[in-house]
Amino acid sequence: MSKQQLMTGNEAIARGVFEAGVRFAAAYPGTPSTEILENISTYKEVLAQWSPNEKVAFEAAYGASLGGARSFASMKHVGLNVAADPFFTVAYTGGNAGLVVVTADEPGQHSSQNEQDNRNYARHAKVPMFEPADSAQCKAMTKFAFEMSEQHETPVLIRVTTRVCHSKSLVELEDRVEKEIVPYVKNAKKYVCVPANAIIRRGEVEKRLDTLKEYSNNCEWNYIEDNGKDVGVIASGMAINYAKEVFGSDVNYLNIGFSYPLPMKLMDSFLKNLKKVYVIEENDEYIEDAVKMLGYKHICFGKYAPDESRFLPAYGELTSDVIRKAVNGGKGYVASFDRSKVLGRPPALCAGCPHRGFFYELGKRKDVVVSGDIGCYTLGFAAPYNAMDFNCCMGASVSGANGMQKVLNMVEGNEKRVVGVLGDSTFFHSGMTSLLDIVYNKGNCITVILDNRITGMTGHQQNPGTGFTAQGEPTEIVDIEGVVRALGIKHVRTIDPNDLTLMRETLDWAIALKEPSVIITRYPCVLKKMSAHDKNEWPQMYSSKCTVDADKCIGCKLCLRSGCPAISVKDKKAVIDKTMCVGCSVCKQICPKDAIN
Amino acid sequence: MTKNILLVGVGGQGTILASKILTLGLQKANYDVKMSEIHGMSQRGGSVTSHIRYSEDKVYSPVIEHGQADVIVAFEKMEALRYLDYLKVDGKVFVNDYEIPGMPVTSGQAEYPQGIIEELKRVADTTVIDANKEAEKIGSSKVMNMILLGTIIGSMNLTNIDWDQILTENVKPQFIELNKKAIKCGIELAK
Ligand SMILES: Cc1ncc(C[n+]2csc(CCOP(=O)(O)OP(=O)(O)O)c2C)c(N)n1
Ligand code: SF4
Ligand code: SF4
Ligand code: SF4
Repeated sequence: MSKQQLMTGNEAIARGVFEAGVRFAAAYPGTPSTEILENISTYKEVLAQWSPNEKVAFEAAYGASLGGARSFASMKHVGLNVAADPFFTVAYTGGNAGLVVVTADEPGQHSSQNEQDNRNYARHAKVPMFEPADSAQCKAMTKFAFEMSEQHETPVLIRVTTRVCHSKSLVELEDRVEKEIVPYVKNAKKYVCVPANAIIRRGEVEKRLDTLKEYSNNCEWNYIEDNGKDVGVIASGMAINYAKEVFGSDVNYLNIGFSYPLPMKLMDSFLKNLKKVYVIEENDEYIEDAVKMLGYKHICFGKYAPDESRFLPAYGELTSDVIRKAVNGGKGYVASFDRSKVLGRPPALCAGCPHRGFFYELGKRKDVVVSGDIGCYTLGFAAPYNAMDFNCCMGASVSGANGMQKVLNMVEGNEKRVVGVLGDSTFFHSGMTSLLDIVYNKGNCITVILDNRITGMTGHQQNPGTGFTAQGEPTEIVDIEGVVRALGIKHVRTIDPNDLTLMRETLDWAIALKEPSVIITRYPCVLKKMSAHDKNEWPQMYSSKCTVDADKCIGCKLCLRSGCPAISVKDKKAVIDKTMCVGCSVCKQICPKDAIN
Repeated sequence: MTKNILLVGVGGQGTILASKILTLGLQKANYDVKMSEIHGMSQRGGSVTSHIRYSEDKVYSPVIEHGQADVIVAFEKMEALRYLDYLKVDGKVFVNDYEIPGMPVTSGQAEYPQGIIEELKRVADTTVIDANKEAEKIGSSKVMNMILLGTIIGSMNLTNIDWDQILTENVKPQFIELNKKAIKCGIELAK
């Protein structure tokens, strides 16, 4: 079979996983990596699962590899922070069958809370790494990474970036090659990481690296394109493509696709004959530092020029425009027009989003500090709610709230209560252990779990509370209230957030308590594909529309405080966009004149 | 020569399907094709773009540079202006005469800007299309995206590609005829 297909990098990685004979894949969603597992889950031959978080996903893949199947895990850049603990130690043990991990980084932070260069993890954990530049390489490198993993008894990291993940280019499809399960043989010296064993494996890691260093100088992934010039470009990943648009055949190229360990000898021989070299890489000075270490600082133009002035931007994407601007000031024509005619389109909670009623009520309170988290509900920070004070990473809402409440309680006369706010998927990801901290350490802050019955922000993936696996099989529905009680919280209420009176009373109840409490708001995300279970629990859900009675409406604009994009006020009368409204009734409850039906 | 097409719009308008059909057609015609999409988060209503680049030779970057788009097709008019700095000096703009207000407007913090079409026309070779009206004439406002796709096909001289076949392979059977008509309509409008 030979067939070309246009694929995104994520689809191509999934295809590579399939063709490589992988039997087990685990991930936790996160832009831009999410579609990798979503695509893998369409191949029946691979057992694909959403894990509660990235550490669990990586560890499950590790166990599966020990069990003898080629195994795979993928995550967004910050996900590897969560999975870093096992990642560093599995680097010592290696798996049994091939074990490959994808980290999807976000230069430019299109939809992330930070920008971090996970190539540093490869060096830090001493794990070999590939950086594909297009979809064909995504597939080829994924497949080869399994070979390397088995040959060198190491996990292998593949670092992609948003543009690699979400760009389409041509890929040659091949067949899947089935891999037999490699029998598991007990080997405590290798797999039990007590100090005496691990120190021996530590030595093995260095030996492996020596071999891979040689390999890096001579492999097909790292290669020179000699155009007979005395100016060169060294680039890795998507940056190679951007560089080629700018420099064409006016320079020599060193393409780096296998970037840990770096091909130091190859780089040296490439650099030797150059008068000038541009190092084009997104995020940190990973290759640039190596070029300088080899003694070529005086000809090196990367993030810094030889005189240590800034050359390329420190962060953001290094698209062709950006490179061109640094190299020769940019090229030619760019239309100039009246920018004041362009308004932003900031993201907003969908019409009818079940987070809305909660934030409307919370935003009115002056007696709270809100410790937020990461999900659609992060938008509660913005107008009209302004109902979030800080957030940082998944799960931190609950632990952060606990710490803050403890200190606020030390302040004479403090009346402020700290409310930790997180979603269902985030609770399963890392909120549970934080809640345990509140119970164990006698905290008394308030936790609100916004249970919209799905992982919303990343495009509606199943999670332990939804009743389905990644491959659509029915499974146990984990009961959040049960978990909360089991963790030791005595005061728990589960409510409908679209009932504003109930929402308000429940907040009053929690704030008045001296002990820690949990409020669970339970109502499905508007964009969720509803299960039979959902339809049964909420038979009336999203089946009606609201309309404004123009005779009663006085144009007071209070309903706009709902923040619903379906409602606006024109010529002193509210109007509801029928195509958007889902009849959640939040605006209706806000209206003081009973003008909304 | 690499050709650059930029599709812009608002989440939920069908830019993704339009760009998918376009890239499949270009692939069929044996061009090297690259496409890049930025579609924001899962909530609806954000600004979305698809960059499409194709050539008889190799295409490296999937991202169009500023000042380099041969055509910008905007599914919403303010979006046309937002990305106008991508247009080539002699590039063309096809703009749907359609307004999606966005949060700052609905919440009453701002007014939807006046004079966008005039500004587009002042700066660039602009063709205004009422895709919604045309789509309703054909039978459903849902095919607005295929009409706009038709304008690309017309203006970039891609009419010799078998678009009917590609639609047949990628669209639900009951919508094939409607979509074919919509593409033809767009091709006419681009003339
Ligand atoms: C460690 C880590 N993994 C993944 C993500 C990506 N991510 C951001 S929000 C989110 C899901 C949030 O889902 P949920 O808590 O259910 O809230 P919802 O969006 O449904 O409101 C994910 C997976 C992240 N930011 N950090
Ligand atoms: S996707 Fe769901 S959770 Fe996210 S804003 Fe929309 S309705 Fe709310
Ligand atoms: S809150 Fe009621 S009265 Fe006031 S503008 Fe809205 S619909 Fe009209
Ligand atoms: S009922 Fe009101 S708040 Fe709910 S979706 Fe409709 S317009 Fe928006």
